[in-house]
Amino acid sequence: MAYEKKVNELNLKDTELCLGLPGRTEEIKEEQEVSCVKSNNKRQFEETRDEEESTPPTKTQIVGWPPVRSYRKNNSVSYVKVSMDGAPYLRKIDLKTYKNYPELLKALENMFKFTVGEYSEREGYKGSGFVPTYEDKDGDWMLVGDVPWDMFSSSCKRLRIMKGSDAPTLDASL
Amino acid sequence: MALRLPSKVLKHILSFIDSNEDRNSVSLVCKSWFETERKTRKRVFVGNCYAVTPAAVARRFPAMRSLTLKGKPHFADYNLVPDGWGGYACPWIESMAAKSPYLEEIRLKRMVVTDDCLERIAASFKNFKVLVLTSCEGFSTDGIAAIASTCRNLRVLELRECIVEDLGGDWLSYFPETSTSLVSLDFSCLDSEVKISDLERLVSRSPNLKSLKLNPAVTLDGLVSILRRAPQLTELGTGSFAAELKPEAFTKLSKAFSNCKQLQSLSGLWDVLPEYLPALYSVCPGLTSLNLSYATVRMPDLVELLRRCSKLQKLWVMDLIEDKGLEAVASYCKELRELRVFPSEPDLDATNIPVTEQGLVYVSKGCRKLESVLYFCVQFTNAALITIARKRPNLKCFRLCVIEPFAPDYKTNEPLDKGFKAIAEGCKDLRRLSVSGLLSDKAFKYIGKHAKKVRMLSIAFAGDSDLMLHHLLSGCESLKKLEIRDCPFGDTALLENAAKLETMRSLWMSSCFVSFGACKLLSQKMPRLNVEVIDEHPPKTRPESSPVERIYIYRTVAGPRMDTPEFVWTLHKNPEIGVSKLAIK
Repeated sequence: MAYEKKVNELNLKDTELCLGLPGRTEEIKEEQEVSCVKSNNKRQFEETRDEEESTPPTKTQIVGWPPVRSYRKNNSVSYVKVSMDGAPYLRKIDLKTYKNYPELLKALENMFKFTVGEYSEREGYKGSGFVPTYEDKDGDWMLVGDVPWDMFSSSCKRLRIMKGSDAPTLDASL
Repeated sequence: MALRLPSKVLKHILSFIDSNEDRNSVSLVCKSWFETERKTRKRVFVGNCYAVTPAAVARRFPAMRSLTLKGKPHFADYNLVPDGWGGYACPWIESMAAKSPYLEEIRLKRMVVTDDCLERIAASFKNFKVLVLTSCEGFSTDGIAAIASTCRNLRVLELRECIVEDLGGDWLSYFPETSTSLVSLDFSCLDSEVKISDLERLVSRSPNLKSLKLNPAVTLDGLVSILRRAPQLTELGTGSFAAELKPEAFTKLSKAFSNCKQLQSLSGLWDVLPEYLPALYSVCPGLTSLNLSYATVRMPDLVELLRRCSKLQKLWVMDLIEDKGLEAVASYCKELRELRVFPSEPDLDATNIPVTEQGLVYVSKGCRKLESVLYFCVQFTNAALITIARKRPNLKCFRLCVIEPFAPDYKTNEPLDKGFKAIAEGCKDLRRLSVSGLLSDKAFKYIGKHAKKVRMLSIAFAGDSDLMLHHLLSGCESLKKLEIRDCPFGDTALLENAAKLETMRSLWMSSCFVSFGACKLLSQKMPRLNVEVIDEHPPKTRPESSPVERIYIYRTVAGPRMDTPEFVWTLHKNPEIGVSKLAIK
């Protein structure tokens, strides 16, 4: 197949972009930004995933591709799924449309018709039985509101609004 | 004795000729025509700021009133040109300040502009009227304030997609307190808030204002109050459309828009909520240009808007429009000339791109005047390309970005050679072409053979060998700009077609297989080309035959440039690298 032959001919090592002094290639391996595409991105990806369990899988990136100005990329959507315990189907929201936690929580409240209670750093959400949680890049479930907004919006992969008795209170886990 | 046209008569004739291409031809006829032409040219265009010195331009065109300059290569838009490469506006401004003080208009694209530069412009050109900066960087809002406060005859101030150090919204208050001659103001790329009262007052005292593009920090309330003061606008870029929906807000907005009876162009619409779209319905029938590419609006709200835009000539939209939205465009927007469909999730891994080749086929069939296309989608077919070429032989600009590199025709698994052959052959007036998807050398043989009017060609992840480049350089007669990335070709074709490069403005190649040795050889052979090797690693650390990261080659009468950063290697700058011992096989 011309497809595979083509990519095998591309000698990737020679043309690999390296932003640093020569000789630092080992250290830079973690952040793979290759200028030439690797074939079968997904397949190669899965092979290495078993070996490197400690580092979360990163997207294979090609510099400047697709050719969209970064100005425009900042405005693109980044949808995350939102589930609420007991709701028949999931929703999706674009985190980029919110600038802070109050805006997000208000939108969630409107979407699922509930109220979220008061947040405190010590005790989490109290007063309503609904607890907004999210899954981050490492696959851990976290309480919405603990980290600064920007950190949250870039690491949030999905949201889950836990309800009622399903929502463990913080003291119960101690 | 040969008859000569008296220069007064020639001068009069030339006053009707605006096109610089025509003027360039005129200037080649004979010395006296050259002289008359140069003394009467008012609008000067320099496509590559390193192709000629500012002094030479000022000397040749003493009547210059408008200067347009372009700096970095186009691929700089996609982060392929490292920061600090060049494209500095200052030397030009310095030179013009001294030699062309009557300059009234400056338009810069992809250049580095500093606050000092802007202050110099403000101080040096007494009758300064127009400043348009597109994709520029290096300045702050202080520089803008200097322009606003000093240029008393300022008509146009447009910052288009610039990267500006935003020190706050005060700059707006620097416009003179008396009435201004502003016709167009675009600050859509600035981040911080401007005081609405400052903006209201400025608009109120700018009776000639026709075009206003706000930044996302301007709220809906702000927009309403501006529109009330400027119902004469023909072009509007809104601020952010995200606000809590209150019934009164909606009515006010609707009313404000319905009073803008001359509105032809609409853009901005950041974060627009679908509930607010009906406020725009009243202006739709008059719109000729609509930029929804920042609006995450979906179907069917999009169709409700677009079906009212029967006069639309230019539409920029996100792929959220889906194929069925494009089908609607094909049936309602019969005047459409330009379509751009941008990806809402511009990631390589995105699998959910909701437009397919079918969307573009619909528009090609339904919109007879379509001549310019930019389309992003995941995959394509030869059949679709063939249909598009057959239906729209009048295409002038066709840029297709199949996001999946090396993606073949997904129905037949063949390369997209046949499809692009149809485009090159069928669209005889094609001036700009971007290809993508799986393409063999054959595709480029067809393009070289048929695309005789193509001036700009962009290629990524394509071809099999050197033949690809050879076909293009030897075939495309009108080629002026060629930009290539990640294609497996090397030195031979480049060196064999060296002479062609002097007929072009520039050639960009990155992540290909051009060796440093070939660059040196080319540089030695062709003294009127600047051959720049842009590489983070010094060429000395690798064998001469190993590929360089990027090369940028352009014709120039200015000689080698003196402002190269450390990662740009040229034979002139690095003569210690010496004569090539490499034999070309």
